[in-house]
Amino acid sequence: MSPRLAVRDLAKHYGGVQALSGVTLHVDAGEVLGVVGDNGAGKSTLLKILSGATFPSAGQVLLDGEPVQFPSPAAAHQAGIATVYQDLALAGQRDVVANFFLGREKLSRNWLARRVGWLDRRAMAEHTVSELARLRTRLPDVRLASRDLSGGQRQALAIARAAAWTSRVLLLDEPTSALGVEQQQQVLDLIRRVRDEGIAVVLVSHQMPDVLAVCDRAAVLRLGQVAATLAGAQLTGENLVGYITGAMAGRDRR
Amino acid sequence: MTRTEVTAQAHAATRRRALWLRGQAAIRDLWIGGVLLVLIVAFSIDSPYFLTRANWLNTSSTATEVLLLAVGETFVICAGGIDLSVGAVLGLSGTAGAWVMAHGFPGAHGAAAGAVAAGFLAAIAVAGAFGLLNGFLVAWAGIPAFVVTLGTLGIATGFGYLLNNGQEISAIPASVATFGNTNLGGWIPVPVLIAAVITAWCGLLLAKTRFGAYALSIGDSREAVIRAGINHRRYLTEIYLLSGLLAGVAAVLVMARLGAGSPSSGATDNLNAIAAVVIGGASLFGGRGTIIGSVIGTGIIAVLVTGLVLINVPPFWQEVAVGAVLIAAVYIDQLRNRAATRK
Repeated sequence: MSPRLAVRDLAKHYGGVQALSGVTLHVDAGEVLGVVGDNGAGKSTLLKILSGATFPSAGQVLLDGEPVQFPSPAAAHQAGIATVYQDLALAGQRDVVANFFLGREKLSRNWLARRVGWLDRRAMAEHTVSELARLRTRLPDVRLASRDLSGGQRQALAIARAAAWTSRVLLLDEPTSALGVEQQQQVLDLIRRVRDEGIAVVLVSHQMPDVLAVCDRAAVLRLGQVAATLAGAQLTGENLVGYITGAMAGRDRR
Repeated sequence: MTRTEVTAQAHAATRRRALWLRGQAAIRDLWIGGVLLVLIVAFSIDSPYFLTRANWLNTSSTATEVLLLAVGETFVICAGGIDLSVGAVLGLSGTAGAWVMAHGFPGAHGAAAGAVAAGFLAAIAVAGAFGLLNGFLVAWAGIPAFVVTLGTLGIATGFGYLLNNGQEISAIPASVATFGNTNLGGWIPVPVLIAAVITAWCGLLLAKTRFGAYALSIGDSREAVIRAGINHRRYLTEIYLLSGLLAGVAAVLVMARLGAGSPSSGATDNLNAIAAVVIGGASLFGGRGTIIGSVIGTGIIAVLVTGLVLINVPPFWQEVAVGAVLIAAVYIDQLRNRAATRK
């Protein structure tokens, strides 16, 4: 069976600068793939290509074995790839329900009300509550403005929203970097639950403990190339740091 | 304490905070309503003419045009923009409507339904075209709303004066003024009724529909809206179009009240409409605002303006008062925003 998402010989250059070259990776359904690397190693470029924000210069992106091209982030989204960026893209003064449904509002079932775009707020609120409950994400009140949530709750809302509307792949950019310890744990728990729903998760992170805690495998990028893909007993903090800094080098250890 | 107990306690605390925040929003709306009531009571005590039918008819009629502009402006300000052109567009489109009646249908008199309809439609079309132009330049060309609408303010003002050498056009069918000065039951002027219906509809549009939700979300975080795959440019354009169309309706009602199209008729309405929206609790930073707030804000300004006249304050003080209230309202809004983001 082909992996949920794979990239083959992916390259990207900006002018003369080679941001990525020969990157081959895959992530299966129900798996968390960590992507680590120092600043400038190519993590953001990879994320941008996967989310449809930029085109690769060469190479292929395969979704369930089919080659795909995303002319825009909306196209990637439609293909079932959701991205949660560090800024979370929440509207601060809008409530949890409005943010959860942003761009996918439920309209009234009455055809006349539907014509004028009348929202079915009650159904939206109920759906938000049940989706959050399913992912065991507890928010105090879905009618609260998102800026009045804690940092961890906001992150959880953004991830739960992306997970609720995506069926295939969830891309996460540094989801735990600005959080306290307990909130980090809650976000990691949430990532595990999303994975258990059969979604392929790609976690870009600087936080080695998080990568070790939640990732099934981790790819180390260095100077635009995959320095190593680590799994199982090989997936240790020492190895990650070694490949990130270049102290360890060589062939993939699988 | 176990971890779950700590979490439960934290949840209880945030839930209390949630209730408190929602209560605070309700108090804010009541608070400006209270200011309006205090003004009404104060002026009633000061002047025996304040709580009279004549003053109600006068105040409500002049408030009508400010209300319609304020309603359109509410959508624009909620979406994080500003429309400085509405007053000038009101003046231009009213004059254009009168011009069509006077020149397109010479010798039309009596009811002249065709001439009146053409004139009204022309006024609304001209205003709508300016709204579209504003929306296009803001949403697609990416020029700041302040600059775009300051520019179209100048353009609309100039065209308004060019139409008839700066003079008003009063050679329009008499039925227009009859329509504009009819009071239902002696108490409800027809223009006020029309404005009330439109305002109620817009209140629902902002609070209950997807269009209103997108207006607020665009003003709150344009980035979030773009990432959600929403065609934000289309909605922004429609928001400015709505603001223009409402200025056109206001122009028709002013023309009907005055029995003439006057290029300078909206000159002071700009400031009043923006002040009404901000006093009503909308944030100039976008993302927050209600139509009921803007209605109360319009009421405060209208009462201030007519009340000051009745207690014999020279009329030029009106604009001073409105300007001062506007600055105070924006300052309070900033304090609120700072308090909300500093946690």
